[in-house]
Amino acid sequence: MKIFRILVTLVVAALVVVSGYAALFIAPDERTMHLIQRIFYFHVPSWSASFSAFTIVFIANIAYLATRQQRWDSLSVSAAEVGVAICSIGLITGPLWARPVWGIWWTWDARLTTTFILWLLYISYLILRNLLEDPERRAVLSAIVGVFAFLDVPLVYMSNRLFPTQHPKPVYFGDSASGADPRMTRVLLLCMFSLFCVMVIVLIDRYRLERLRQEYDALRIEVEARTQSMEAASASLSSGSEK
Amino acid sequence: MTTARAAAIVLAKELRLEFRTRELLNTTVVFALIVVALFSYAFNPTADESRQWGAGLLWLAFLFAGSLMLNPSFAREHTNDTLDALRMAPISPFAILFGKTLANFAFMALSELILVPVFCVLYNVSVSGVAASLILVLALGTLGLVVVGTVFSAISARARMRELLLPLLLLPILTPLLSACVKATGALFSVEPELNIPSIALIAGFDVVFLTASWLLCEYLLEE
Repeated sequence: MKIFRILVTLVVAALVVVSGYAALFIAPDERTMHLIQRIFYFHVPSWSASFSAFTIVFIANIAYLATRQQRWDSLSVSAAEVGVAICSIGLITGPLWARPVWGIWWTWDARLTTTFILWLLYISYLILRNLLEDPERRAVLSAIVGVFAFLDVPLVYMSNRLFPTQHPKPVYFGDSASGADPRMTRVLLLCMFSLFCVMVIVLIDRYRLERLRQEYDALRIEVEARTQSMEAASASLSSGSEK
Repeated sequence: MTTARAAAIVLAKELRLEFRTRELLNTTVVFALIVVALFSYAFNPTADESRQWGAGLLWLAFLFAGSLMLNPSFAREHTNDTLDALRMAPISPFAILFGKTLANFAFMALSELILVPVFCVLYNVSVSGVAASLILVLALGTLGLVVVGTVFSAISARARMRELLLPLLLLPILTPLLSACVKATGALFSVEPELNIPSIALIAGFDVVFLTASWLLCEYLLEE
């Protein structure tokens, strides 16, 4: 089983190397932006991977409320952490591209603002989890916040549509008239797939860690309870022998 | 007992509790007035500028005041564990939540009733011709604020650092509501006032989505 996990990790690592190579050397040069456009093979996949992670959070939240099984709660916290991390990649690579192309680091446009708010929503979700002590109460209450956060995302997006947008339209999956070279689309799909795989293996690892933590917590509580009852027993024994 | 009647009883209890002391209302109104005054110190707006930015200022003041005001809604039930008593009553959890939501709506609406005229005087904004439309926008926006706010108040009341936590959870989720309310109110403040239908539709959509979500999830929210 361990061998299998190492093998899968190696395959994903190779996939990342191949897609990085494809993004930098195989994909054709963009006509006006040249080299800087290649950041898109990292930027767009970060969006799709983090959004997949947040969708997993939402599904795990609902599944927890329906079944009350601790593992769904573990999955939701793991996916939220991984999603926030990958979303940060998108928020960093975006401005790196925007500065030379738009001349500004940031603009309050629909897609940028939505992603930024999404990132904040899941950070506050993670903070909430830290501030709730009781494990079951934490699981239930954070699941409710998780559902509310996910429902908010389309509304955030729509509300930003009330203002004009500056972000480029998605040209890659449009029709053949979009002007993108088919090789670009293939490289982008490869990059999306490899970042998705990275997200999944990091998520699985984080999930295992969370399960171990819960097991450790449960054991610690049991040890404390037993020590206390043993101390109480020996105290009553010694007080009995003195008489 | 029907849910509507139970909710009305919870609402009456909340109102009675508040009007004995008026702590919440006094604090909220004064806090919102301070925000309005601070804004003029920070930006010193002329009449034209306040027509442009005033809607944003007004809604930010409501949001900040709301995120503070909603905190005691459930937190003060904890002092004497009175939430347990409410839960033991043979009424649906949604009746408790909805009664509290309505009470918070009433408190916010009263604060706004005092704040909006003061704002209009201080910032030279005239709303005489559009009062009905303004009330519609204020009512729909406030409903969205208190629906999400009451649910989150029940959550933050059971966490550590609850006073800090509620704004942290509430404000990011209210961003779509804020931008739509500012857009709709700004359109009413302009020289040629108009009813901005897309914004109002978005506010109504926000209300419907989160009212439904709180109805579906309130059973989990109020369990022990």
